[in-house]
Amino acid sequence: MNDDSSAYVRAVEERAPANVALAGKGVGSPKPRRAGLPVALSGLLSSKWLGLVVAVLALALPYLNSSTYIIQIGTDALIFVMLAVGLNIVVGFCGLLDLGYAAFFAIGAYASGVLSTKCGWPMIATLPVVVAASVAGGLIIGGPTLRLRSDYLAIVTLGFGEIIRITANNLDFTGGPNGLYGIPDFGDFGLRSDVAVYWVTAAVVCVAVLFSSRLGRGRIGRAWRFVRDDEDAAEAMGIHTYKVKFAAYIAGAVFGGVAGMLFAAHQTAISPPSFNFLWSALILMAVVLGGMGSTPGVVIGALAISLLPELLRGAQNWRYLIFGLLLIVIMVFRPQGLLPARAGEPKRRRRGGVA
Amino acid sequence: MDHLIQLILDGLFVGSFYALVALGYSMVYGIIKLLNFAHGDIYMLGAFAGFTVLSVGAGALGGGFLALIVIMALAMVGTGAFGVVLERVAYRPLRNAPRLSVLITAVGASFALEYGIAVTFGPNPQVYPIGVSGGALGIAGARITYAQLAMMAIAVVLMVALDALVRKTRAGRAMRAISLDPKACLLMGVNVDRVISRTFFLGSALAGAAGVMAGAYYGKIDFLMGFVIGLKAFTAAVIGGIGNLRGAVLGAIVLGLLESFGVAFLGSQWRDVFAFGFLILFLTVRPTGLLGERVTERV
Repeated sequence: MNDDSSAYVRAVEERAPANVALAGKGVGSPKPRRAGLPVALSGLLSSKWLGLVVAVLALALPYLNSSTYIIQIGTDALIFVMLAVGLNIVVGFCGLLDLGYAAFFAIGAYASGVLSTKCGWPMIATLPVVVAASVAGGLIIGGPTLRLRSDYLAIVTLGFGEIIRITANNLDFTGGPNGLYGIPDFGDFGLRSDVAVYWVTAAVVCVAVLFSSRLGRGRIGRAWRFVRDDEDAAEAMGIHTYKVKFAAYIAGAVFGGVAGMLFAAHQTAISPPSFNFLWSALILMAVVLGGMGSTPGVVIGALAISLLPELLRGAQNWRYLIFGLLLIVIMVFRPQGLLPARAGEPKRRRRGGVA
Repeated sequence: MDHLIQLILDGLFVGSFYALVALGYSMVYGIIKLLNFAHGDIYMLGAFAGFTVLSVGAGALGGGFLALIVIMALAMVGTGAFGVVLERVAYRPLRNAPRLSVLITAVGASFALEYGIAVTFGPNPQVYPIGVSGGALGIAGARITYAQLAMMAIAVVLMVALDALVRKTRAGRAMRAISLDPKACLLMGVNVDRVISRTFFLGSALAGAAGVMAGAYYGKIDFLMGFVIGLKAFTAAVIGGIGNLRGAVLGAIVLGLLESFGVAFLGSQWRDVFAFGFLILFLTVRPTGLLGERVTERV
């Protein structure tokens, strides 16, 4: 009985050190030497060539198989990767739980959709407005709540996601419950139109993944991880935690908004139910499954979450049930995710080399 | 004037539902500082538990309020037990984990509950086999049905009972003590784990009661019905001051009234936007709520 209870005391005593990174858990202690396959795999995963190979594969997909179905699910998967990478900045790097990420996705999709269908703007010209609208959304929600405790942020973002969806449903210029349709794409560049959209998406997503991973490794990325690991220590070391958290939140918002624009161009029709809580939860699932804070992990997690349903069609509700249970199981047994981020800085070869 | 009284009565009625759910939120948060996202889904579970009991034993119970109370008691025991299991399986292993992992676990629990019910009962709404109807009472031109009155009475009884339990009994004293300092409680010989389990039982049971009442009143239940009410209950708890039980009830009534007036001015399609807007506003202006005390976070 007493042994049982003492778990709680341990918890209380360790409250402060317990703030230590999820992603870094178990990585700090020296690892036992592994041999054979795991080493090879781990080397492969940390290799900088892996990203290049995946990017080339993604760009070359239409040459490998250009059936409409493959291009369709390929584009969907890439947009999902972009969303997961964006959420990873907020949740993985900075440790802020955003449960309404689909709101930014919706803001981007609707901003570009409304401007292109109602005002006749070309799709690419809506990009600045999409970015500005996402930043504005991030400011409105992040401004008041990032000063509060992290769990308040989670529930406020959940409420924000609902507000955006219901607003889109109720307003006239967003098309109400029917949504918008006939959204143009980026132009076909003399190609089949779905392939053109695919290539634009693939290029944008590759740049986004690279950008987020480099953000995470740079000065601001170190600040994010410091805030995530121990906010008080970070503050004491002179990091303006509020600004740093704000930066992460806004960066995530912009990623979500641009992904929404790609989504609108790809789907050509958008409606409020596309942006419900289910989406936010699935994106979070991808980030948690892959490993919070680890870019390769998150990309693979996102591909898994978006492509698996194609293999297991039909059993929708079962799938979500399993996702929910999986979230609990991962958090209890492997909180760092399947492909955790490495602790410590990447190796520098020499000055001027690839840092 | 008549219109005004009607709005107030509607607000109080909705507020009493919110209060039952908000109490559980607030209680759990007060004790272990955990936002139990699955709480709204426990409300949904209560509605389905009542539905199951009714489908199995519909004939034996007959109709009417007596049957409703029996079903409610059964559903409360069921959801209470479920809350205890949930805490044991999903939350207790993570008590010394970072806050983010616990939050994610809670989201997972909520997701699993929703789709677990969708798989078991099918995704379509179920019609509640018991309805409450009957006459209505006119108060100064406003109308309130006896069913509404009875449900508000049940809610008030449950809330008063909970308040007495927390303030007057030994068990309640243990709960209050743990919310102040769990470590000292353990040193004083309080069985902390057992008290936390008990808290989950009480909170979940109240949510279950609200679920059965909602099923009987609205006549239709579905597996996503807990999502919005969970958010609303959280809003109510924040308005009142999270962790404070009387505050949760006050916040729920305030929220019910605000919504009732908001709907009258803006139209019902903006009801949820209005409520969540208030949540954001309140967190900005007064994050400690109406009755909450200033909490200093210890490092």
